[in-house]
Amino acid sequence: MDLRAIGESFIAWLQGLGIPDGWVLFINWLVGSVLILGLALTLALALIWLERKLAGRIQDRLGPNRVGPYGLIQPIADALKLLTKEDITPAEADRITYNLAPIIAVFHVLMLFAVIPFADQVVGANINVGVLYLMAFGALGTMAMLMAGWASRNKYALLGGFRVVAQLLSYEIPIALVMMIPVLLVGSLNLNDIASGQGGLFGLGWFVWIMPAAFLLYFIAALAEGERAPFDLLEAESEIVAGYNIEYSAMKFAWFYLAFFLNTWILSAIATTLFLGGWQGPFVDKIPALGVVYFFAKTFFMFFLFAWVRATFPRLRIDQMMAFCWKVLVPMGLALLLGAAIIVKMGAEMSWPGYMTNVLLLVMNIVVLLVMLSLLGRYTRTLSETKNKRLFAPELPRL
Amino acid sequence: MVGQILFIIVAAITLLMALGTVVARNLFHAALFLVGVFFGIAVLFIMLEAEFLGAAQIIIYIGAIATLIVFAIMLSKNVMGKEAGAYNRQWYLAMGGVVFFFLLMGWLLIQMPFAQVSAEVPADAISQIGQGFVGHFVVPFEVASVLLLVALVGAIMLARERNS
Amino acid sequence: MLTQQYGLIGVFAVIAFIFPIVTLAFTWLIRPKRPNPLKNSTYECGIETVGDAWVQFRAQYYLFALIFVVFDLEAIFLFPFAVAFNKVGWFALFEAIIFVLMLFVGLIYAWKKNALEWQ
Repeated sequence: MDLRAIGESFIAWLQGLGIPDGWVLFINWLVGSVLILGLALTLALALIWLERKLAGRIQDRLGPNRVGPYGLIQPIADALKLLTKEDITPAEADRITYNLAPIIAVFHVLMLFAVIPFADQVVGANINVGVLYLMAFGALGTMAMLMAGWASRNKYALLGGFRVVAQLLSYEIPIALVMMIPVLLVGSLNLNDIASGQGGLFGLGWFVWIMPAAFLLYFIAALAEGERAPFDLLEAESEIVAGYNIEYSAMKFAWFYLAFFLNTWILSAIATTLFLGGWQGPFVDKIPALGVVYFFAKTFFMFFLFAWVRATFPRLRIDQMMAFCWKVLVPMGLALLLGAAIIVKMGAEMSWPGYMTNVLLLVMNIVVLLVMLSLLGRYTRTLSETKNKRLFAPELPRL
Repeated sequence: MVGQILFIIVAAITLLMALGTVVARNLFHAALFLVGVFFGIAVLFIMLEAEFLGAAQIIIYIGAIATLIVFAIMLSKNVMGKEAGAYNRQWYLAMGGVVFFFLLMGWLLIQMPFAQVSAEVPADAISQIGQGFVGHFVVPFEVASVLLLVALVGAIMLARERNS
Repeated sequence: MLTQQYGLIGVFAVIAFIFPIVTLAFTWLIRPKRPNPLKNSTYECGIETVGDAWVQFRAQYYLFALIFVVFDLEAIFLFPFAVAFNKVGWFALFEAIIFVLMLFVGLIYAWKKNALEWQ
C-alpha cells in the first residue's frame, strides 16, 4: 500500500467530479493543511502525556494516573480546563503585542510541520530549500519569545525573553554548521532527498554511523534550541520565576506550552531526517507505508532521549552555557564540516570505494570528539588543582 | 490571474507594514512592523520562485537583523517603551526631500526598460548559486568573508568601549 | 512544481495563523471575566513592583547578537556551496576553507578579547 497513491486517487476522484484543475489543487492543499494541523494537535496531546509519564517513571513517581486508564485522558482534561480558565492580562501590558506573541509562537512551530517527510514523498511541501526553511521558521520563534517578554512589562519576563534570544541565537550557529554536513554529503537541501540519500541495508547508510560526533553535536545544540534541560535557563523557576511566559495564563499559556512540546518533537524529527535515515528501514522499498512507522518510531526514540535528559540533568549557568556554545560547539562544528568536506573531496578525486570514505569520516569524527574531550578533561583537571577543587563552577578558558 | 491578485495583496500588506514602521510612535512596535515588512518581502521572493533568497531573507533579516534592532532599542537609554513623537521642527524639510526622491525614483522606474524574463527557474538553482560563489564570483565571495571579519572586530571594539 | 509545493505552504500558513486566533476568540466567549486591579497587577515576587520593567539593558546581549549575525551570514553563504559540493573541484574547496578560516580567526579574536565571556 502506498500513501502517495491515496493522495493521487483522491485527486483523480476530485477531477472525476468535474471540478476545474485549479480548484482541485486548492482543495488538495486545504485537505493537506488540515491533515497536518490535526496531526500536530494530536501529537501535542500525546507528547505532553508521554513526557509527564516518562519523567514520573524516571523520578520514581507514577505520573498522571487519575483521569482515564494510565492517565491517558489527562492532557484532554488539561486542555478543557485551560480553555475555560479566566485569562488575566496584566494592566501594564502592551495589549496587541501581548496577544500576538502566543499566536506567532504556535504559528512558527506548526509551519515547521509542513516540510517534514513522514515517508518517501509523503510530505506536505517537498521544497528544494527544506533545511533553510526549517532554520527560517525556527528564527521566527525567537521573535515570538522576545515579543512575549517585552509586552508583559514584567522584569522577569523581559529577562527571560532576552536570555532566550541570547541562547537561541548562539546555539543556532552550531546547529546550522552540523545541518550543513548531511547537505554536503547528499548535495541537496531537500529533506526528502537527504532521507533517501541514507539508504543501504538495515540502516547502515544512516549518517549517524559515519558522523556520530556531528549527531552528538546536533543533539546537544537541539537541547538548547528546544529550551530543554539542562539549557532551560530562560524558564529557570528558581531564578526568574518562569521566564518570558510568566504573565500568561489560560489558553495563551497553553499555546506556549504546546509550542514548546511540538518544537521538541520537530527537533527530534529533524534529527531523524538528517542523521537517522528518516523513513529508511528494512523492506521500506517494497512496502512504502512502513516508512511512516519507521519515521515515527525513530522520532519518538529521539523524543524519549530528550525527555530522559530533561528528567536527569541539573541546569547550567548562563555564562557556562554561552561559553560552551562558542568555545566548544562552534569550533567543533567548523572542524567537523571542514574535515568532512576534505575527506569527501579526496574520496571523489582519487575515486576511493565508498566504504573507504565512510571509514575515514568515522575516524575523523572520533578523532575530533576525542581531541575535544581530552582538551576539556585536561582543562578541568588543571582547574581542580589550581582552584582548590572548586569544580562546582568550572569556567572555560580565556585565551 | 490568481498570482497577480496574490501579488497585490502581499504587496499591499508589505507597504502597510512599512508605513507602520515609519509612523509607529513606539520604537518596539516599529521594529515589529519591520519584521512584517521583511516577511512580506520573503513572500514576494518566493512568488518570484527565488526560494533561496526567500529563506535567506527570513533567516538573516528576521532571525538576525530584527533581533539586533530590538537589542539596540533596549540598549539605548530611556528609549524602550517610550512614546516618541513622529514630528519635530524639521519635518517639512524631510518631507520635501522624501517627496523629491520618490518622484525621482518613480520617474526612473517608468523610464527603465525592464527585461521580461520568461525562462523557467532551473531546478538546480541553489547548486548554481553555490558554483557561482566559488567560480565566477569568487572574489566577492572572499571579500565578503573579510567584510564579515571586519564587522566582527568592529562589533567587539564598540561593545568593549561601551562596557568600560 | 514549485507553485504546487508553495501553494500548500501558503494555504497552511493562513490556517496555522488563523487557528490559534479562533481558539483564543472561542475561550474569550466561554471563560469567566472578573478582573480586578490586584489581579491585573504585575506578578513579580509578592511585594509591589518597584519601577518600570522597561529599563536599559546591558551591551552584552548586543555583542552576542552581532557575533551571531556574522556567523549566520557565513552559514547562509556556505549552504549553497555545500549543495554544489559534488560539482566543484579542489580549488573551490580551497576557497571555501579560506572563507571559513577567516571567520575562525574572528572567533579566536573574540575569544582573545574576552568577548565570549558572559559577565
